[in-house]
Amino acid sequence: MTEQTLPHADRRKRQLPQINPVYFVLAALIVAIVVMNPAFAEPTGYMNFLKRAAPLAILAAGQLYVIVSGGFDLSVGSVITLVVVGSSILSNNDPNSTWWVIATMFAIGAGVGLINGLVVCYLKVPSLIATLGMMITLNGVAFMWSGGSPRGYLTDQFRFFGRFNIPDLPLIRILPVALIVLIVLGFALYWLMHRTNLGRMIHAIGDNPRAANLAGVPVNRVRILAFMVSSLSAVAAGILLGGFAGVSTDVGTGYELQAITAAVLGGAQLLGGRGSVPAAIAGALTLNAIFTLLNFLGLPQPIRQVVQGLILIAAVAVAMQRRKHTGR
Amino acid sequence: MTDLIATRPKLTFRFDRWAPALLLAIALLAYIAIALYTGQTQYLTVDNLISVLGRSIALGITAVGQTFAILVASIDLSVASLISAVSVLTSVIMNGNPAMVIPAIVAALALGLVVGLVNGLIITRLEVNPLIATLGMSLIIQGCLSAFVSNFAGSVPPEFQVFAYGGFGSLSYSLIFLALLAVAAWFVLRHTRFGSDIYAVGGNKDAARVAGIKTARVTIGAHILCSLCAAMAGLYLASRLRSGAPWIGSDGVYDLESIAVVVIGGTILAGGRGGIWGTMAGVIIFSLIDSIFNLAGVDAFAKQVLRGIIIVAAVAFYAVRSKRLVA
Repeated sequence: MTEQTLPHADRRKRQLPQINPVYFVLAALIVAIVVMNPAFAEPTGYMNFLKRAAPLAILAAGQLYVIVSGGFDLSVGSVITLVVVGSSILSNNDPNSTWWVIATMFAIGAGVGLINGLVVCYLKVPSLIATLGMMITLNGVAFMWSGGSPRGYLTDQFRFFGRFNIPDLPLIRILPVALIVLIVLGFALYWLMHRTNLGRMIHAIGDNPRAANLAGVPVNRVRILAFMVSSLSAVAAGILLGGFAGVSTDVGTGYELQAITAAVLGGAQLLGGRGSVPAAIAGALTLNAIFTLLNFLGLPQPIRQVVQGLILIAAVAVAMQRRKHTGR
Repeated sequence: MTDLIATRPKLTFRFDRWAPALLLAIALLAYIAIALYTGQTQYLTVDNLISVLGRSIALGITAVGQTFAILVASIDLSVASLISAVSVLTSVIMNGNPAMVIPAIVAALALGLVVGLVNGLIITRLEVNPLIATLGMSLIIQGCLSAFVSNFAGSVPPEFQVFAYGGFGSLSYSLIFLALLAVAAWFVLRHTRFGSDIYAVGGNKDAARVAGIKTARVTIGAHILCSLCAAMAGLYLASRLRSGAPWIGSDGVYDLESIAVVVIGGTILAGGRGGIWGTMAGVIIFSLIDSIFNLAGVDAFAKQVLRGIIIVAAVAFYAVRSKRLVA
C-alpha cells in the first residue's frame, strides 16, 4: 500500500529492492531446468509444466485472500477431493451434464466458504480449527457419498478444462485450456485484491482488525468473502485437477499445505496484512519447478519432502531478515 | 497470567475455566445415555471406562507437550513425524535385545531434545512463523525417515512391551505414566518460575521481555518439552505395536488431533491462557466420543463427518462468548 503514497522520484530509487525475490528464484530454477533438459524450452515442455502447475497456482491465489485477511484455510484440499469425487458421481458418465455439475460444484464451494466464514466470524472459532474441522467433515462426506470406493470416471467434457490443449497455434504451437483458465482467474483475483476496495479492506483487516473495524470496514462480511474466494478457487482447482488426476478420495490430500507454502514463497505474511496475488502464483510455479528439477535430478520422493521442508523454512527466514533490514 | 489472579478465592463463576469440565460432563452423560438407550449396560463399568482411556494414551502424551507449545503462543506440527521417527529408531536400536532398552530410550529422548531445540531456535532466532517452522521440520523428518525405512523395522523385546501391555489389574502402567506426566506438567506450569514465564510470554511477548524474561529461552524450553513428550508417545507406540512403523504418527494424525484436543480443553491458540487439566479433559472427551460412536453403531464415514463438526462445535462452545476478533 505504501508504494502509492511514495513520491515519484523516491519510488524509482526504491524500485530495485522492491521486486519480489520469488521472481528471481523462479527464473533461476527455470534456467536450471532448461540447462538440464533442453526439451523444456520447447512449447510442449513448458506448456505442460504450466498446465500441471495451474491448479496449485489458482489454489494459492485463493488461499492468499484468507492469509492476507489473517487466517488459514485448511479445507481447500478436501474441497478438491469433494469436487472430483462428487462430479464423477453426479455426472454419471453423461456428457451433457458437465455444465450443471460444474455449477453445482461452485455452489457447494460457495457454501463451504460461507460456513467457514460464519463459523470464524460469529462462533469465534480460530480459522485453523474451523477449517480443520471442515477438512475432516468434507473428507468424511466424500467417503460417504462414494461409499468409500469411488467408481466411474469423469466425462471427456469435464476433463476438457484440465486436459485439453488447443493445437496448431502459431508461435506457441499448443495452448492448454488450463493455462487460459489460470490467466483469466489469476487476473480476476489480482484485480479484486489489488485494484478494488475489497482488496484494501482485506489487507486492513489482516493488518489490524480492530483498527479496520473502527475505520468502518465491515469486518465480518469481508472475512466471509475471503473464505468464499478461497473455497471457490479450490473448486476451480479441483475441476482442473479432475482433468488429469484419477477419481479417488485422496486427490486433494496435501494441497492445503502446498497452497500455503506457495503463498509464503510469494512473500505473503502469515497472520495477515501483506501478500500479492501474482507473487503467490509465482510461488506456486516455483514450488512446481522445484519438484520438476528434483525429478530431473532423479531424486526419490523422500528427498523431495526434505527439500520442500528446507525451502519452506529458508523462504520465511529470508523474508523475515529482509523485512527487518528494510523495515517494511 | 489470569490463573495467577484467579488463585485468590473468588466466588464469581468463571465460564471459561469451567467450560472443559462442562464439556466433559456432557460427553460422559451422552455416553451413559447411549449405553442405557441401546441396552449395552455392560459397558458402564469402571474397567471399561479405563479401557476407553487406554486407547488414547499416545494422543494424551503428545497433547501434554502440545499444551506447552500452544501456551507459549507457538504451535508444533512436527510431533506426528517425530513420533514415527522415534518409534522406528527405538525398535531398530532395541532389535529384540533387552540389553538395548535403556540406550534406545536415551536415543529417543535425545532425538526429541534435538528436534525441539532446532524448532525453538528456528522460531526464535530466525523469527520464522512457528506453523511454517514446524511444518518444514515435519517434512524434513518424514523425508529422512522414509528414505531409510518403508515398512515395520526392528522389534521391541518383551521387557519393553510391558510399558504398553503391563499394569496393576486393569490399570495399565502407561495410563499411570500419562497421569504422572500430567501431574508433572501441572506442577511445572503452576509452581515453577519457568511455568509462569510460559504464561507471561504466551500472553504478551513484548511485555514479558520488558519485564526481564528471556522470552527466546522460554519458547525454546516449551518446544523442547513438546518434542520430548512426542518422543515419549513414540516410545509408547513402539512398545504397543511391538515394532516401529514409519507411518504410525501420520496415520494417527497426532499433529492436528493433539492441537484439537488442547484447544477443546480451553487453551487458546493465541497463547497465555489455559492449562493441563483442560487438555486432559479434551483427551477424555475425544476418547468418549469414539466410544459413543461405537456404542451407537455409527458408520465409519459418518463418524468422520460428526467428528469434524464436534471439534468445531466444542471450540465454539466457549469461544463464542469471547469479545475479541479471532484470526
